[in-house]
Parts: sequence; structure tokens; C-alpha cells
Amino acid sequence: MKPYELSIAQAQAMMDKGEMSAVELTGSCLDRIDEVDQEIHAFITIDREGALAQAEAADRQRKAGTAGKLCGIPLSIKDLLSTKGMRTTCGSKILANYIPPYDATVVARLKKEDAVILGKVTMDEFAMGSTSETCAFGVPRNPWKKGYVAGGSSGGSAASVAAYECFASLGSDTGGSIRQPASLCGVVGLKPTYGRVSRYGLTAFASSLDQVGPICRTVEDCALMMNVISGYDKRDSTAVRQDVPDYTSSLVPGLKGVRVGVPKEYFTAGLDREVEAIVRNSIEVMKGQGAEIVEVSLPHTEYCVAVYYLIAPSEASSNLARYDGVHYGYRNLEADTLLEMYKRSRSEGFGAEVKRRILIGTYALSSGYYDAYYKKASQVRTLILNDFKKAFQSCDLLISPVTPTAAWPMGENTDDPLAVYMSDILTISANLAGVPGMSVPGGFTASGLPVGVQLQGAHFQEEVLLKAGFNLEQGLRLGRGKLDIS
Amino acid sequence: MKITKKEVLHVAHLARLTLSDEELEKMTGQLDNILSYFDKLKKLDTADIPATSHVFSVSNAFREDEVHESLPREEALRNCARQDGETFQVPRII
Repeated sequence: MKPYELSIAQAQAMMDKGEMSAVELTGSCLDRIDEVDQEIHAFITIDREGALAQAEAADRQRKAGTAGKLCGIPLSIKDLLSTKGMRTTCGSKILANYIPPYDATVVARLKKEDAVILGKVTMDEFAMGSTSETCAFGVPRNPWKKGYVAGGSSGGSAASVAAYECFASLGSDTGGSIRQPASLCGVVGLKPTYGRVSRYGLTAFASSLDQVGPICRTVEDCALMMNVISGYDKRDSTAVRQDVPDYTSSLVPGLKGVRVGVPKEYFTAGLDREVEAIVRNSIEVMKGQGAEIVEVSLPHTEYCVAVYYLIAPSEASSNLARYDGVHYGYRNLEADTLLEMYKRSRSEGFGAEVKRRILIGTYALSSGYYDAYYKKASQVRTLILNDFKKAFQSCDLLISPVTPTAAWPMGENTDDPLAVYMSDILTISANLAGVPGMSVPGGFTASGLPVGVQLQGAHFQEEVLLKAGFNLEQGLRLGRGKLDIS
Repeated sequence: MKITKKEVLHVAHLARLTLSDEELEKMTGQLDNILSYFDKLKKLDTADIPATSHVFSVSNAFREDEVHESLPREEALRNCARQDGETFQVPRII
């Protein structure tokens, strides 16, 4: 087994015993990146020297007995989290040369625990997309089948972890952007409860929906990452003051006493048969582990896509107003007037999907349309939130597919944005309701593509998801499978 | 038609975006399609339903008004496309 193939927990144990150094481990990942990234296109920026310097520092910390919780573990970071001194593009031409002067809180927390940051990974421009194909700096490929999408918007995060280029990655999830690529790439992805993790330094897309979370190869690694990134932050006024448990303590065998809800609206027309079979099999596995299976209803599920594609673009149109070319980011230097400078800088800097969403949002918030669109969507959001509250009275977690299908070939539906929006139907309600959601590998299709199973919990019930995910992982014993990497 | 080219151009102006003729053509059709899809929300009676803008009822997050170190000017100006070492420079507005 190569060092880069280990889990975080295994690598930590080896380094603690002195069988391997952080420099060796980091070198192993950098070599792997050299070997495969020209096929996978996960990375936008690779910081070799910085990573090796961090690894040397980690080795010194370990020797001194002051090792942090992620000491010497090489990670990748979605390119919309601020990294001090390291280019942060958000996958957009408008930030092609932007070098942040500060670290996002989650990045600072990783560094404080002596993690090694290898670089920044590809994503849909400003996290707007479901395939990462709108990235201006390369499109990640699905490591299981290279002509297929890695998912999005955290496609580079999921692909880099699945291809063993790093041990874990931080992604962000506004409507499924952690869970969906994790599902399509066969890795574990967790979107925490809104407010569980600080958004300071996360480039804002839709502020009432955005949340940072980990993408890892195992549920245990996911718990280890959550232990570090969670918690209150005075710099994010929506971060919640609530103690952070030791998430690894929920990784215990057996699901006796756990009520697993099956939302019937998530198993309707349009759901691929192989995907459904994989989820049904996971339900049986959990039943065998002692879980009680109950049918539940989330009656407003069919409205989620419409609500989401009003609220998210509305918030985005406001958040992205800051890209005016004045203080940072791309500026058209030929414009003679300020208005022309704004318009040309933005029009030349933003890609088509970002412009489309800014236009939808600006329209929905404009005078005369606000009540019919934005306000209406916010009211229906209340109904969706109430659906979840009611469902969690009769169960502890919900199990469902993450996406209606496995990964699809690149280049599909690029002229039909609504068709792509519809594929988000099973993930966006968690963001609208603010509840945690997780994707755990559930199996493979006949053609060898991975399929994830989604677990959703009540607010701040990440521990229940990790426990169920851990049991599912142990019960399924999927094995490694074969990646499409030469 | 939910939205006309003229309306798309107006919204683009509000958002400080310009669209080429080709972009306008394509965007108008796509936006029309997307806005039509939103009609399904009209089926729901929401007259007495409060709006949710935030999933938790957060009150203001106050903090002490203390002086902290701020970003050095050089750092703040570093990413600006046109600056003179002291200020951000933009085209003349008056």
C-alpha cells in the first residue's frame, strides 16, 4: 500500500509510531498529483514548496510532542476558501489573479492543527453548477470514468480525494455541492448544519444556504475533519454558539434504537433503477444492524427546485455585486466612465452561468416582482422547513438517494440549464431547511460508477449521521473498486 | 412570454452587465423557460405563511466596539488593478 492510499487515521498512527514522516507522506501525495492530475484536472494551484515546508514543520511538532489533530495530513481546499498568500480564483476569470490577504477561519483552523495544504482545487464558477464544467481553470474528470463529470460544484475536491491526490478536502455546499460530487466520485461528503461551521473567508454565493464541510474517503476521516473545522467564530454572525462534540465518539457499531425515515417523495419517477436498488440495499443493511425503518413524508419536495432557484440566485445577485473591478479582481482598464468600467469588468469577468443567475436574482428582487418571486419562495421555504421538523418527530435520520442518477458524460445539457437544475432536487432541501446532510458510498452501477446514499438529520445531529454512515460503511464493505486512471 | 428582450436588457443594466446580441437571444429564451417553471409555486396558498430568510431565529450578534489592528494599506491595495500606493483609483466621476 502506498502512503497516499492510507486513511487519515492510519497515516496518523504510522507517523505517531515514527514509521513515516509528514514529509514522506506529503511527497507521496505530490508524486501522485504529478502522476495523475493531468488526467483528473483536480488542481488549479499546487503549492509544492509551501506544502513541504508545512510538512517539515509538522514533523518538528510531532517530535516535540505538540502535534495538532491533523498533524502532517495533506489536504486540498476548494478554490473559494480564502488562503492567505495563495491564489483564490473561485473558478472565475474575474478572480484569476486574486491573492487573499487572510485565511478563512476553517483554513486557519486546519493550519493550527498542523495540516498540510497542498493547493486549491477546481469548482464550478462561484460554486454555481452541478458538474464543475463552468470552471475557468480546467474541468475535473470523474476518476471512475474519465469522460464523465465529477459533479459539482466541489468537483475538484471530490475528484482529488477519490484519485488519492490528497487525504481530504474542504468543499462548500449551497444546494448539494459537497454531497453530490462525493456521491458521483464514491467518497464521503458532509454538509454540516447551517451555523455549525464558520463561513468567514468562504466566498459568499447564497449566504442563508452556504456551509463549509469535509470530503473524505472514510466516515472516520470525516469525523476527524469535523472535530477541527466546527465551532463558533466571532467573525461569522451566523455561526452558532454550541459546543463541539468529539465526532469520533459516535462511530460505534450497531443501530439499535435508531429510527431511519424513508421519505416517499424521494423515490419517485425519474429515479434511476440502479440508484434506487443501491439505496434500498443500504436500508436493508441498516435494518440488519438494528435500525427501525419508518416511512415518512416531505410533501413539499416538488417545490424545492423552484424555491432554491429563486432564493439562491437572489442572494447571489446581491453578493456578487461586490465584483465591480474597484478594489480587487479583474478590471477593464480601457473604460472611460465608472459605469462603463463596472459593466465591462463584470461582463468580461463572469461566465454565462454566473450571469444567468445574477439576472434571475436581480429580476426576482426587482420592484414589482419581489412579492411574486422572492417573497413567495421564502414563504414556501417555511413549508419545507416545517416538513423536516415534522418528519424528525417520527425518525432520527432520513435515508434517500443523493442524485437521481449516477455520473453522466461531460458536455450534456449545457444549453438547457433547467434540466441541470432539476438534478439537484434531492439535495437542495437540506440547505433550505438548514439541516445536515451526508453522502456515503452505497455501491456501484453495472458500468462501474459509484452511487452515494444520502443521510439527513435534524439540526445539529451530525453525530447521528456519522454513526449511521459508519455502520453503513462497515456493513457494505464495498472495497476499493477500480479507478479509470492509467 | 414571461420576459421580453427589453426586460432582460433592463435587468442586465440593473445588474451592471452588458449582453451581446447572441447572449441576449439565448439568455431571454432560457430565462423565460426558468421563470415559467417558477409558476408552479402559485399553486400553493401561502397567504398566512411567514417568510423564512434564516432557518434559526438569530438576534443581532453584538460585540464590543474595540480597536483592533486592521489590514496594512499596502496589503489592502495589493489586489487593485489601478492604485497609486495610497488610494484605489477609478475613472473620474465628477
